Amino acid sequence: MNNLLSFFRRSRSAPVARERLQVLLAHERALTGRSDLLATLQDEILAVIAKHFTIDREKVQIKLDRGESVSTLEIDVEVPSIASAKVA
Amino acid sequence: MAKVVVVTSGKGGVGKTTSTAALGAALAQEGATVVVVDFDVGLRNLDLVMGAERRVVFDLINVVQGDARLSQALIRDKRVETLSLLPASQTRDKDALTQEGVQKVIAELREKFDWVICDSPAGIEKGAVMAMRHADIAIVVTNPEVSSVRDSDRIIGLLDSKTEKAENGARIDKHLLLTRYDPARAARGEMLKTEDVLEILSIPLLGIIPESEEVLRASNLGSPVTLLSPTSSPARAYADAAKRLRGEQLEVVVPLERKGLISRLFGRKVA
Repeated sequence: MNNLLSFFRRSRSAPVARERLQVLLAHERALTGRSDLLATLQDEILAVIAKHFTIDREKVQIKLDRGESVSTLEIDVEVPSIASAKVA
Repeated sequence: MAKVVVVTSGKGGVGKTTSTAALGAALAQEGATVVVVDFDVGLRNLDLVMGAERRVVFDLINVVQGDARLSQALIRDKRVETLSLLPASQTRDKDALTQEGVQKVIAELREKFDWVICDSPAGIEKGAVMAMRHADIAIVVTNPEVSSVRDSDRIIGLLDSKTEKAENGARIDKHLLLTRYDPARAARGEMLKTEDVLEILSIPLLGIIPESEEVLRASNLGSPVTLLSPTSSPARAYADAAKRLRGEQLEVVVPLERKGLISRLFGRKVA
């Protein structure tokens, strides 16, 4: 019985592979010709923040999770302290 | 002291990426800090085999060119805490890799990790040379098949001439990893035997990885085989190879597949 279960469980890796590829390739095809999108995005976002705060580029973490219908882009910027806010 | 390892072969499709992921995960599971680095610029796949393809933000080229910090490009594995991935760029070409840039990245990785495992692209051109350039140890992945053995011989020649160690008059440590090995076919004389390959290439044996359906299943699911099914025959062979890499003396045996009745009945079925 155990064998039977594991056989059916095992046979199901191909649909997972298919789904992973579909999501990945959809994202890659959409990015053709915009390979530096994330680097550009990072620069522009940091430029805006830097107008108001002194930021250390070493303390910026960017995380991305490409999903099937929604992707999340997480930008984590460590701001030293509110006292270091630049006077506009 | 950090060790830089290149996983190389000359020929494509022999199992470099599978082996990089499996060995990296095996070393990390034993507590070492490990980074697996994809050098296959333009045709990256290590991210997919590691199951991290959805999380790639920056890559090796971004770091080499100064567009991103190393810490931003490293992707921490979700299963093993001490394992990280540095992906290759999918959109650039190999010319974006400069020798100075790669050297700087490798030096920085040496500071952070115990093991830096570089997955080489196939071929003998710039990308493959870049991947091997700073290595202390080379793992030559070979299938028991004539064209693979010939290409491995060619790669061994490059390892002895184009690496930093070779240029400084030192010798790079080379090991043979025989993959996709079918003991039954070798016994029937249908496949080159381990001894044949060892005699021809004359480098020490790191391990023999038996042909197994678990390897395909692992790549389908995006997990190194050593993490997905640690008791399977290829996973045990990779775990032993990782131990030898750390300097343990272990006799090389080919782990056998433990097949249940059902997989014996249906194992050969295609489609």
